[in-house]
Amino acid sequence: MIQKGGPIMSNNSHAAIVKPPFFTPGVCVVAIIALIGLTGIGARFLFGLGHVTNLNNQFPWGLWIGVDVACGVALAAGGFTSAFIAEILMKEDFHDIVRPALLTAMLGYTFVGLGVFVDIGRSYNIWHMLLPSMWSPNSALFEVGMCVSCYLTVLYIEFLPIALERFKDRVPWPAVNGILHFLDRIMKKVIWIFIILGVMLSCMHQSSLGALNVIAVTKIHPLWWSPILPMLFLLSAFCVGPSMVIFESGISMRSFGIPYHYESPVLAKLGKFLPFLLIVYFTAKLVDMLNRETWVYLVDGSFEGKMFMLEVTIGVILPFCIFVSEKLRNSFVWLWAAAMMVVAGVVLNRVNVFITGVNPVYQDMTGRYSPKGWEWCVTIGCICIIVLIARLIILNLPVIHALEGGHEHE
Amino acid sequence: MPTRRDFLKGLGATAAVAVTAGAVSVSASGHGEHHGPEIYEESYGVLTDLTKCVGCRQCEWACNEENKLRPSEPVESLEDQSIFDKFRRPDDERYTVVNRYKGKGLGGSDMFVKVQCMHCDYPPCVSACLVGALKKDPWGPVTYDAWKCIGCRYCMQACPWQIPAYEYNNLVTPRVMKCTMCFSRTTTEHEPKPDIKPSNFLGRGLPPQEKGEPSGKAPACVSACPQEAMIFGKRSELLEIAHERIKKHPDRYIDHVLGEHEVGGTAWMYIYNQPFNDIDFPKDMPDESPAALLESIQHGIFKKFASPVMLFGACATLMHVNGFFKHGDKHDTEGGSDHE
Ligand code: SF4
Ligand code: SF4
Repeated sequence: MIQKGGPIMSNNSHAAIVKPPFFTPGVCVVAIIALIGLTGIGARFLFGLGHVTNLNNQFPWGLWIGVDVACGVALAAGGFTSAFIAEILMKEDFHDIVRPALLTAMLGYTFVGLGVFVDIGRSYNIWHMLLPSMWSPNSALFEVGMCVSCYLTVLYIEFLPIALERFKDRVPWPAVNGILHFLDRIMKKVIWIFIILGVMLSCMHQSSLGALNVIAVTKIHPLWWSPILPMLFLLSAFCVGPSMVIFESGISMRSFGIPYHYESPVLAKLGKFLPFLLIVYFTAKLVDMLNRETWVYLVDGSFEGKMFMLEVTIGVILPFCIFVSEKLRNSFVWLWAAAMMVVAGVVLNRVNVFITGVNPVYQDMTGRYSPKGWEWCVTIGCICIIVLIARLIILNLPVIHALEGGHEHE
Repeated sequence: MPTRRDFLKGLGATAAVAVTAGAVSVSASGHGEHHGPEIYEESYGVLTDLTKCVGCRQCEWACNEENKLRPSEPVESLEDQSIFDKFRRPDDERYTVVNRYKGKGLGGSDMFVKVQCMHCDYPPCVSACLVGALKKDPWGPVTYDAWKCIGCRYCMQACPWQIPAYEYNNLVTPRVMKCTMCFSRTTTEHEPKPDIKPSNFLGRGLPPQEKGEPSGKAPACVSACPQEAMIFGKRSELLEIAHERIKKHPDRYIDHVLGEHEVGGTAWMYIYNQPFNDIDFPKDMPDESPAALLESIQHGIFKKFASPVMLFGACATLMHVNGFFKHGDKHDTEGGSDHE
């Protein structure tokens, strides 16, 4: 398809882009942190949860659930939001963002799965939730578990054509090649089902993730506990999806040496819609707050109140102001900064709901939970592992258009 | 070529779906249609009269013996009064503990409070468990099946009484530890679990959910109490006894049975002489089980899968309208190529 994006696809710039080598000094640092993270995972499976975490009977959920799982799921929302814009609404301008977003979603959810696997006490039983005889439809966590595992599968299937595109006609064995072509043809026919399934499953579990803590009504701080937590989680996922796309594009353009003018007009267009999404999210939060009269906690000077203000200011109000201004939006630095704020705001929100806002009944006994060094190692290390895998894939498969420039006009 | 208007239309449609889902959830939360797990009208429970407890901790010992929790602990440890200096909670080695509250008892004497799982009638922990490892037996107890458990600890997050404890230091087979109302002692038909066979893993022949009828025996702690501070029996009768006592001795008890209404009612109930909040029971307990609220929200959103199916249909229609299927082979997919 001829790209209509004008400046985005200015042909000459392809020649300027050179694929960087896999290892650069920065990547080496990331690799070292990843290794430390692997050691942390090793420690967890060698010594047990009690030794590597600060979890206790008052705080059964900590950093791994709050960040690896809750934030991981939220930040991978770029996958379904961009699929919705580019594939379901067929906005051709946005086609270039689909593959990178798909990749991040795929790796993000792999990260979530890994986080769950490390966190649960009997990791070897993780498949129990898929067994029909143990299905427990009353459990919100069951809903999350099922949707996440289905969605992860869908994501891998959606990614398959990208791998096929890279390898078909390049393998030396005709038989294998035949299979690849056959798969490719099938995928072309059925991909639409998976695209929609991806969007559907995402909406389902993004909201169910919020539902998890509805049951802990006596423990979650009233600023964050709400019967509409599922809706708030879904609406914030809508906001963070496009923001994450902008945020990541900025990073990948930087690290792969792609000139900013290349993608930034598309991203600015994406930024145009964020004020709408943010205002919907903000309204829901505000109405809920007025409805339950929780604003009293905002002004009582408590730590929770400050965290809430911080979350809303950084995550909603400031980026809203930047995104509405056309001038700022068209400057990539501002656009990127605003997107980063939305991302930070949503991360704060998830951490608040799952960690800061949790007030168990007998917390004085054990003191408040704060993660142990090992927990940080595993979380940060896993992020680094994912970054490395992403780099490996981007450098070897046709994910980012600019890097595959040569293909564009054959 | 689709225009920005279509784009906004699409966004509008999605927002509409989301808002509807939210609205459904909010409206559903008002009236819970779900009444929790099956439970016999004549279910059993325990009534603890805290004014009778003298803090001998015989119940703790009986629990330890019955459930083989701390095999190496000598019986002499019961004499140790210093244990009361610290506030304790049930943990991975203790299903029940007794705490002392100095001078809070009748006439300024010490008060002792025994705590354990309340065996809620609509237990949030059971509702939370994603593999059905926790079950409410219709006759009363809430039991746990370590074989099914994946160790997610959502039950601990869900329990409003902050009861389940986790064996964090057990590397390979950590369990959720909580009082079972001495299930194997208090229940008659107690089918032994079959061995773990490959066929089990296909979902057939899983260990049957233990279910039975009361054997007539009381839980070990109840039998062990020299003061008869606890009575085991039918919940309805226990409630009668409780209210009778309160009526007879208005100076001795406050007019409230803890567990009668809290979180939808519990099998284990307490009466005592002052507001329970003063003795560290969780405060501001709702009368409705939090599980009822969550379940009505979840079932409201996903009722008959209507909203997911609607969303799927809406997306497919949008794709069609926007020409996804028109391009034939050329159409763009996430995987398909962008070439023409
Ligand atoms: S007290 Fe807690 S552990 Fe016991 S049945 Fe109720 S929710 Fe479950
Ligand atoms: S820890 Fe075990 S018993 Fe508790 S909710 Fe998870 S799977 Fe169920």
